[in-house]
Amino acid sequence: MFPAGPARRLLQRFAHSISGALPRPQPAKEDPRPKEELRYVRLPKDFQLHLLPQMTGPDLIVPLSKVDALRYYRQMVALRSLETAAANLYKERFIRGFCHLYSGQEACAVGIRAAMGEQDKLISGYRIHGWAYMMGVSAQGVLAELTGRSTGCSGGKGGSMHMYGKNFFGGTGIVGDQVPLGAGLAFAGKYLKDGSVALALYGDGAANQGQIAETFNMAQLWQLPLVFVCENNNYGMGTSSKRSSSNDKYFKRGDLLPGIRVDGQDVLAVKSATKFAIQHARDKGPLIVELETYRYGGHSMSDPGTSYRTREEVQRIRAERDPIKIFQTLCFQHALISQDELMELNNQVKAEIKAATKAAILDGEPSLPDLWSDVYSGPYEGPLRGAIGDDLEHLRLPKKSTN
Amino acid sequence: MLFSKVAEYYLKRLLPTTLLTNNVRSHFTYYPTVSGPGKTMNMFNAINNAMDLALQNDESALLFGEDVGFGGVFRCSVNLRDKYGKDRVFNSPLCEQGIAGFAIGVANTGTTAIAEIQFADYIFPSFDQIVNEAAKYRYRSGDLFNCGSLTFRVPCGAVGHGALYHSQSPEAYFAHTPGLRVVVPRGPIKAKGLLLACFRDPNPCIVFEPKTLYRAAVEDVPTEYYTSELGKADVLREGNDVTLIGWGTQVHILLEAAELAKETLKVDCEVIDLVSILPWDTNTISKSAKKTGRVIIAHEAPLTQGFGSEIAAYIQEQCFLHLEAPVKRVTGWDTPFPHVFEPFYLPDKHRCLTAISNILNF
Repeated sequence: MFPAGPARRLLQRFAHSISGALPRPQPAKEDPRPKEELRYVRLPKDFQLHLLPQMTGPDLIVPLSKVDALRYYRQMVALRSLETAAANLYKERFIRGFCHLYSGQEACAVGIRAAMGEQDKLISGYRIHGWAYMMGVSAQGVLAELTGRSTGCSGGKGGSMHMYGKNFFGGTGIVGDQVPLGAGLAFAGKYLKDGSVALALYGDGAANQGQIAETFNMAQLWQLPLVFVCENNNYGMGTSSKRSSSNDKYFKRGDLLPGIRVDGQDVLAVKSATKFAIQHARDKGPLIVELETYRYGGHSMSDPGTSYRTREEVQRIRAERDPIKIFQTLCFQHALISQDELMELNNQVKAEIKAATKAAILDGEPSLPDLWSDVYSGPYEGPLRGAIGDDLEHLRLPKKSTN
Repeated sequence: MLFSKVAEYYLKRLLPTTLLTNNVRSHFTYYPTVSGPGKTMNMFNAINNAMDLALQNDESALLFGEDVGFGGVFRCSVNLRDKYGKDRVFNSPLCEQGIAGFAIGVANTGTTAIAEIQFADYIFPSFDQIVNEAAKYRYRSGDLFNCGSLTFRVPCGAVGHGALYHSQSPEAYFAHTPGLRVVVPRGPIKAKGLLLACFRDPNPCIVFEPKTLYRAAVEDVPTEYYTSELGKADVLREGNDVTLIGWGTQVHILLEAAELAKETLKVDCEVIDLVSILPWDTNTISKSAKKTGRVIIAHEAPLTQGFGSEIAAYIQEQCFLHLEAPVKRVTGWDTPFPHVFEPFYLPDKHRCLTAISNILNF
């Protein structure tokens, strides 16, 4: 009945003026169910792969749900605020000693944690305030430990470099010595068949420690479910990676171990790479993930961080490669989060950190007997020998729950 | 008993004041040594001066370690790279075992090697190289080879906030190794003299520099080249009643305790800076022990197997009949170096004074 071909098309073009009986589009009814709000993000930078066939690397297209986006943003902002609070407490001399801040590297912790399973274990060095928070220690537990209070996560006995939590083994002051420990954790996972993977984190400075080469060999020889993660922030104290390492491609330094180099300021890239790495470590063997990241502060609060690099460099990275800004822009581009939701999260974090800072200042100090407690698992030779009055009883403190 | 009452009294007084305020900058008062005219310098200036002179006078001298290029974390090597060039003053990667082994190899050729280990707490990866290679080289090769032109510079000791891994004093571990020289300066003049002596000494040397003295210790240091005698202890204060022996920062605490003892207990203490841990000056120490009959040894390192135990064993062996009381050691407790409890851990002037009081009343 209707004319076919070009005549039909001609009619359709003028249909609106010919026939008022053609159906008009109705506004869709409002779907009462909440939208899943899932986006698929194509990562801007490819991964650099070593000993991995090109098409088998981590996913370059990453799903991102609204729930996850809010969570990652909140976590990164919390880490940034936590470290800022720590820096302020340090400047007011509530924290003393050596305090190594994670500002600038937030995407590494958030991305790795997002990909870890509940049973996976992690061990890192001394830049761990952010890691303690990510592995379940409360902000109060972290800040109170920094100020040396009894409510700190190690009872005030460890300080900045010695924080521990569930499946988080710290927390060490000596560069690189956590990596062989990571191999041990991985071996335990393999032996006990609990499906866990261990992640051993170290920096570009530590990458030149002999014990890391020893661990590469042990991991490969025994096929341990171990992911080596090199958080390459370009500086080992005052020496840049180019001046300390003949081969600064840390992901290639594992000899037979495969390696992946990732933009450590992109939280989704870190998550994708870690997910791939954990799977690989569980099924095919150990490998190295190198995260290219940056620390805004000096090596520690005792180091201004400007005697070996220019202020312009730090400012440039802050402007161009800040992980929080990058993620925020991404979420806006994908219309995943609104400005109001971000404000809400920022306020939540502010309140949390403020309460934690207050507690860190006002909480009580550990009592004097804590000085001579927990040296051993029990009093083996009567009173702990000391200089004045041999009357110090060795104590074993009740285990504090990880708070 | 009296001493626990005294200890309790002092501890109770310390507890509120040190914890509520955060004013505990240092647990000691510095007593400068006066040795004639010189330039006012603190200890890191003096060390810088010593290395400058060494690099100037000795064509073969090299300085290396972590971050020494830009001046070092304690500023001991400022300007040296600019003055002597990158091939003589250079950074090493972060690998203490590698640094030590490399330093030993360099010294084998007769080159003066000055290796810095950034903190004494990090010396343990290189412990094997120092103990098994450096210390035994001359012995095992029948004097064919040696690494005598090697000196390690190692910042050590409590600094007020160093906690477990930036405060250790590991001199006792190295004192247990024949073949090494171990020295500890108490101030700028001594630091410069000991360093210059160690650079010349034909044995591998370790200089443990108390890091809290880098800025706190200021003296008039002679600007020319001079050396301090190695293996010789210094009697800093003469007395007939009690001998106090210490090294590094502890010397200043003992000097203050001696003053307090003079005021409150009316006794004259003889204060000796041991200077050399290995080999140590047995003559000066036993002479003093025989004179006073009462000896107190103080050090920051833990009690068990601290170097005080070696001195105490020697004194009781050689001077037994002259002793009026057992040799007393006032030391850190047998725990890891603590985080917040540092003021209670260290053998400060209150504990030393209590020890003096006890030994007099034995």
